[in-house]
Amino acid sequence: MAKPIEATDGLGSIPALLQRNASQFANRPAYREKEYGIWQSWTWAETEKEIEALALGLIDLGVKEGDFISIIGRNRPYFYWAIVAAQSVGAIPVPLYQDASADEMAYVMDHCGARIAIVEDQEQVDKVIEIQGQLTEFEHMIYIDPRGLRKYDHSKLHEYSQIQDKGRATHAENINELRARREKLNYDSICVMLYTSGTTGKPKGVVLSNRNIIEASRSSSEFDKLRLTEEVLAYLPMAWVGDFIFSIGQAYWCGFCVNCPESADTMQTDLREIGPTYYFAPPRVFETQLTNVMIRMEDAGRFKKWLFDRYMEHARKVGGDILDGKSVGMMDRLKYGLGNLLVYGPLKNTLGLSRVRVGYTAGEAIGPEIFSFYRSLGINLKQLYGQTEASVFITLQPDGEVRADTVGVPAPGVEIRIADNGEVFYRSPGVFEYYYKNEESTKSTKDPEGWVATGDAGYFDEETGQLRIIDRAKDVGKMAGGELYAPKYVENKLKFFPNILEAVVFGNGREECTAFINIDLTAVGNWAERNNIGYASYQELAGHPKVLETIREHVETVNRSLAHDPMLGGCQVHRFLVLHKELDADDGEMTRTRKVRRGVISEKFNDLLTALYDGSDEIFTKTEVTYEDGRKGSISATLKIVDAAVVPVEGTRQVAAE
Amino acid sequence: MLDSVEPYTTEDGRKIGGVVMEMKNITLRFGGVTAIQDISFDIRDGEIRAIIGPNGAGKSSMLNVISGFYNPQEGEVFYKGEKRPPMKPFQVAQQGIARTFQNIALFEGMSVLDNVMTGRIRQMKAGLFAQALWKGKAEREEVENREVVEKVIDFLEIQHIRKTPVGRLPYGLKKRVELARALAAEPSILLLDEPMAGMNVEEKEDMSRFILDVNDEFGTTIALIEHDMGVVMDLSDRVVVMDYGKKIGDGTPDEVRTNQDVIDAYLGVAHD
Repeated sequence: MAKPIEATDGLGSIPALLQRNASQFANRPAYREKEYGIWQSWTWAETEKEIEALALGLIDLGVKEGDFISIIGRNRPYFYWAIVAAQSVGAIPVPLYQDASADEMAYVMDHCGARIAIVEDQEQVDKVIEIQGQLTEFEHMIYIDPRGLRKYDHSKLHEYSQIQDKGRATHAENINELRARREKLNYDSICVMLYTSGTTGKPKGVVLSNRNIIEASRSSSEFDKLRLTEEVLAYLPMAWVGDFIFSIGQAYWCGFCVNCPESADTMQTDLREIGPTYYFAPPRVFETQLTNVMIRMEDAGRFKKWLFDRYMEHARKVGGDILDGKSVGMMDRLKYGLGNLLVYGPLKNTLGLSRVRVGYTAGEAIGPEIFSFYRSLGINLKQLYGQTEASVFITLQPDGEVRADTVGVPAPGVEIRIADNGEVFYRSPGVFEYYYKNEESTKSTKDPEGWVATGDAGYFDEETGQLRIIDRAKDVGKMAGGELYAPKYVENKLKFFPNILEAVVFGNGREECTAFINIDLTAVGNWAERNNIGYASYQELAGHPKVLETIREHVETVNRSLAHDPMLGGCQVHRFLVLHKELDADDGEMTRTRKVRRGVISEKFNDLLTALYDGSDEIFTKTEVTYEDGRKGSISATLKIVDAAVVPVEGTRQVAAE
Repeated sequence: MLDSVEPYTTEDGRKIGGVVMEMKNITLRFGGVTAIQDISFDIRDGEIRAIIGPNGAGKSSMLNVISGFYNPQEGEVFYKGEKRPPMKPFQVAQQGIARTFQNIALFEGMSVLDNVMTGRIRQMKAGLFAQALWKGKAEREEVENREVVEKVIDFLEIQHIRKTPVGRLPYGLKKRVELARALAAEPSILLLDEPMAGMNVEEKEDMSRFILDVNDEFGTTIALIEHDMGVVMDLSDRVVVMDYGKKIGDGTPDEVRTNQDVIDAYLGVAHD
């Protein structure tokens, strides 16, 4: 493995970076959170005091070095402090998804042997109490919001602010212990353990060292020239590696301010108020925003609509080029400037993206129209490709070399190799240490030389030199006729239509491909409203003949575009059905990060899958569903199966995974 | 337990104090119709007191007597140990009694925030002129009151609709906004007129949670009218049952549940 340069001046841990920030940037804001309708803020100096108080309180509570501390809640400064406080006392923070079910939580907390949990409110306290019996190591729970918890037994339950008070009160006794523990931290000590969502099997605990996090944060910050003055909005799950890198790694490295929304529902308003300069969102968020804009434009007055259409057309023509710094004619520039005044500026402001200097999207493929829409407005939206195991960054798109269908060049310090079967391998200073208590998986993922298998198939685009990802390597297969089968590639093409929320394509080893489709209730519902089509439920709308007709047109469009691709032309969808329910993580059909679980789905809806291949016109089915509170029910429906036209593939047939 | 007026602590650890409001032999007539006939009961400090009964039993009339909207022809109302003279509703409000309405009574064109702010009007002392100029006292008052209102908004989890006009909200949220407005007045007694009417199961669960939390966090005494027996039995400490303007039962949910008159009133009686 390539030895990273220890260029961090003894700043070998996040707590060390905190000390530096507290002295160098003492009066700069470190955190903001909107509460009671006002943005409350903490400077780096104040943050250091808060974290110290909590760390001392944890020592007082008996937290030992090497203990695991679960952190469960939405993005709030208190949780970020909890992470750094845990690190300061030599414990290992383990952030969990706050919407995880009790079972999922029990598995993770038992697996890491958490002794302490720091949680948000009564809901989480109840959940942990419910699973407490299954956890052998578990001792104390600390909560932030005391509401409704006053009557609980407080022998093992503590309020966050009281732990801090206790820490302040015992400052004299414990401060030397805290300093000693902090001194011991170095590049090799564990920074955080993050559980991967696990598209297959049980979640795995990815152990990341300070070296991983700080090196990845340093090089990526330099790549995008991130500065002290950046503003980010922390709204993505804290258990996700991306949030850890953006809101802790890069924020502590650069010293910029992390802003936390008031609640999950106010995210859009808070985004507008903060106007982040550095912004990350999964493609889904951009899609939803664009859908909302388009729906509102449909309802706008004629003049506004005309203005919008006219200037957006111009933006599509020259906006991207202007952003990339290519030469654009004087008249076009003037017109774009006018458009910026009338349309793009106000629109960016509404979206909360006026100040974005560096924007990223990743996780899934983003539709080319969506991508170019944002770029044409002058928003520097780029793509990256990453993994928890890599401390996020594998490839990044440099400014001015951005394309919708690639994911960029290797990030600084990252080496990439493509295996014969098309699978992408990488190694970098960010590569994780090991999977916790899972030597077998560690060995199968990371070889002795430090190369890590991504599990994704891809190749370097000859024209741009950037990496292009086509699918999960294990999902890439062969059709019965020998053509390449890459379901996700097709699903993504389908999902680029606003009407289609999710698609699951089948066909490995079969004669032809078929698909399950979920409609997007917002987009299709709005269409139904405008066309006076009444519907009582998702299910009814999903089964409407006109909806099926529209979806069929979309599928056929995709088939036509696939036919142009000699490599993937065999994946055209011959038959499809529109599912009677939305695929949901609560039913185990998707991961918490909303990736479809192909295996679970094909098992659960086996009857539907059979019907797609046996030539029937419709099928009756009954499906079990889980409500948010964990109760179960079932829904039944008769689904129509629709045939879609396919097109002969152009050019020669070529069978290769590259 | 019912006969004693000694303060006690409930099983879940809430403190119930002495009697704060007492209705003595209340009779209310509209012309020839007797809506309430000779009803007496009391409300103790910190408890959740429910008034239930079939349609037309006189529940809302009873609540309107408490809130001062109706003045009964006979009987007396004692509040904090003192006999209450006939009062206008705003005077009752000034005594610290706030209410919500069965058919939501919000200002539809105003934002949620402004609606909830109206709950603080009682606390705003600055004159018309000062308010118009928004200087000095008026400004200070607005800031202080906004703080209280923001705490309520946070408590009821309606931050995301703070600036939304009430007219655009779904029914369940309007009900919550109405509760917010009543809470903003920091009442010592909160009167809720069918807080769950027309709600789905999930909304009912949310509302129940909020009612319990209000009682628990602020120690607010709550008197509520409700149709949904299940909800009432789970929420309340004591229940008054009315039928045709008369009181037919009074006691803990368990006592009321087994009361034969109550069962008859709700399920009907076979005439033999």
